[in-house]
Amino acid sequence: MIGAIRSILLRGFELIERPFDRLFGPALNPVAQLGALGFFFFWIVAVSGIYLFIFFDTGIERAYESVEHLTHAYWFHAGVMRSLHRYASDLMVVMAVVHLLREFANDHYRGTRWFSWLTGVPIIWLLYTSGITGYWLVWDKLAYYVALTTSELLDYLPIFGEPIARNFISTGTLTSRFFTLMVFMHVAVPLFLLFIMWVHILRISRPRMNPPRMLAALTLIALTGVSVWKPALSQGHVDLAKAPVEIGLDWFYLPLYPLTALSGKGAVWAFLAAFSVMIGLMPWLPPLRRAKPAAVDLAHCNGCARCADDCPYEAIRMVRRSDGLPFPAEAQVNPALCVSCGICVGACPSSTPFRRSRELKTGIDLPDYPLAELRARTVAAAQALAGPARILVFACEHGGAAAWPGGVPLPCAAMAPPSLIDYVLSKKLADGVVVAGCAERACFNRLGIAWTQQRFAQQRDPYLRSRVPRDRVACVWTSILEFTRFKQEIDRFAVTIAAHAPIAGTSSPLPPAALAEPGTATPQKSGLVADRSGQP
Amino acid sequence: MTNPIRIAGQLVVIGGLFAGVAALSNRPVYRQTPPGTGIIMLSFVHSADRRAECRRLAPEEIARLAPNMRRTQDCPRERRPLYVELDVGGHTIYQASLRPTGLAGDGPSRVYERFVMPAGQYDVAVRMRDTPRSEGFDHERREHVALATDQMLVIDFRAESGEFMFH
Repeated sequence: MIGAIRSILLRGFELIERPFDRLFGPALNPVAQLGALGFFFFWIVAVSGIYLFIFFDTGIERAYESVEHLTHAYWFHAGVMRSLHRYASDLMVVMAVVHLLREFANDHYRGTRWFSWLTGVPIIWLLYTSGITGYWLVWDKLAYYVALTTSELLDYLPIFGEPIARNFISTGTLTSRFFTLMVFMHVAVPLFLLFIMWVHILRISRPRMNPPRMLAALTLIALTGVSVWKPALSQGHVDLAKAPVEIGLDWFYLPLYPLTALSGKGAVWAFLAAFSVMIGLMPWLPPLRRAKPAAVDLAHCNGCARCADDCPYEAIRMVRRSDGLPFPAEAQVNPALCVSCGICVGACPSSTPFRRSRELKTGIDLPDYPLAELRARTVAAAQALAGPARILVFACEHGGAAAWPGGVPLPCAAMAPPSLIDYVLSKKLADGVVVAGCAERACFNRLGIAWTQQRFAQQRDPYLRSRVPRDRVACVWTSILEFTRFKQEIDRFAVTIAAHAPIAGTSSPLPPAALAEPGTATPQKSGLVADRSGQP
Repeated sequence: MTNPIRIAGQLVVIGGLFAGVAALSNRPVYRQTPPGTGIIMLSFVHSADRRAECRRLAPEEIARLAPNMRRTQDCPRERRPLYVELDVGGHTIYQASLRPTGLAGDGPSRVYERFVMPAGQYDVAVRMRDTPRSEGFDHERREHVALATDQMLVIDFRAESGEFMFH
């Protein structure tokens, strides 16, 4: 059921993201930058809020008047700032909701990612609290409606001795001190929100907190343009003798407020509680079946820290050497954070398939899909290739090539060490190699595509050696729903490869014993790669 | 990436999305009551009498108490429920026995109810019983009110003066 919903959502996002990819390119695609844009909007809200506070006056009469004054008398700066403040706040909600849906669709919420998912729940609450307290401050008709409905909702809970909504039904019960309290709330809650946003990304290596500069510039220009075109305005001064019956509602922040009149306050609280509990429990409904975490083999680890540097989940740290070998540090895996993506295996300089030893070992390896098995599968897959352009595909299980027959499956494209590509071509196992991963905008393991590209471009250790003919290596980044596009890319690459002089095929460079390792008889996905859905 | 036409296209798309967000930030308009109606709001907080009278303690009961806790009377904390009725235009639209608040039932009773009524002239009567009596009312007020469209008529009770207020 949950898998079906995810699949539908994923297809929906694909429909949106592909045209965006064409227009913006994968690096600037706004749909792939939702978290970073959320942070960006937060800073816009913070800066514009500080600016507005210079003009804002707390008080029953003065609050409204000061907001009107800054909106009309100084529309060209303070008025625009007010609109920026308002619309950036709305966009934060949009970013948060779409971000939540997208992470759900991409199955980015289970396993070790539970922490970021769970800390997202208080972010939603704090974001809404920040916005609602902000609307209160303007003290226009909308503010009156928000104040009445919010306090009626709070009064439903048995917290306050006297209904706080009574403060807003007649003159004389509301004092300016109340506005001072609301200003405090409107500053304190967003500060706490920022703190939780920081906690939210605490377990993420190299989190994207800032969108690319070009996207940030476009966003700011567009937002300023919209602010000038449609300035945020107040909805008339509050008259406590008149009910706020007709209100221009902010449907991003206040969609549940009309429900208090339609279905009752209890129903609204029940919905909010059920929604929060359901979202909070989702990482365990059902839990992700995790492969065994990466394991360090100290005999082959020289403490170079490349695995720790490349791990997208902060699952590896360097600690003092414990085995007496003359290196200062050794890698240590935190099993609770490891998702067994294999990026560390691809980063380890010991991960070289050229080793002639009987048992291929590396400094850090996946127990369920060791490098030796990867090499054996590679050789077996290569031997099954035929035709004028023998192309060996290393296929990330999350990308468009996952279903490619005869491909060598990987939990992430970056698990393939560059030396494995070198091995395939120098041992003449294939005429060309394709490393296939997820769509460039949405790497399942966050950094797998970036690290692969940088290793191949010799910008990041371990390099793809210069002797590897680059025209025989291709990277194809397609989403899991883009099998057809992947096939087109392969066909295009095959035409190029066919134009080259063929590399004479050889028999297996491996001793028969190595080929007889588990899983090599048929090049299917390993248990590690095959079942990550967690579905029973 | 640096193609000006492409950048313009990107700007148009982002601007269009933001314009949509700006439009939804105060549209469509929400109307919480039908046109031509007003609201009568009955809202007040008031403590009814205690459920039982204070009882003078017998000398032996006082003697059993700790020396620093000795008192002459035992006064139960729990209060009686407040009984309230509201008539509008000759019809009783609200009657309730309001339990006291607080875990020990010693807090004030409270009411916060809104009634959406067509605008017009009404005879309004509000009554309350806050003593042990079982018949009649301790506080009552009748008014003829003209409820205007979108008006919020608040019926409050001031414990200091012991009377209902219409405002």
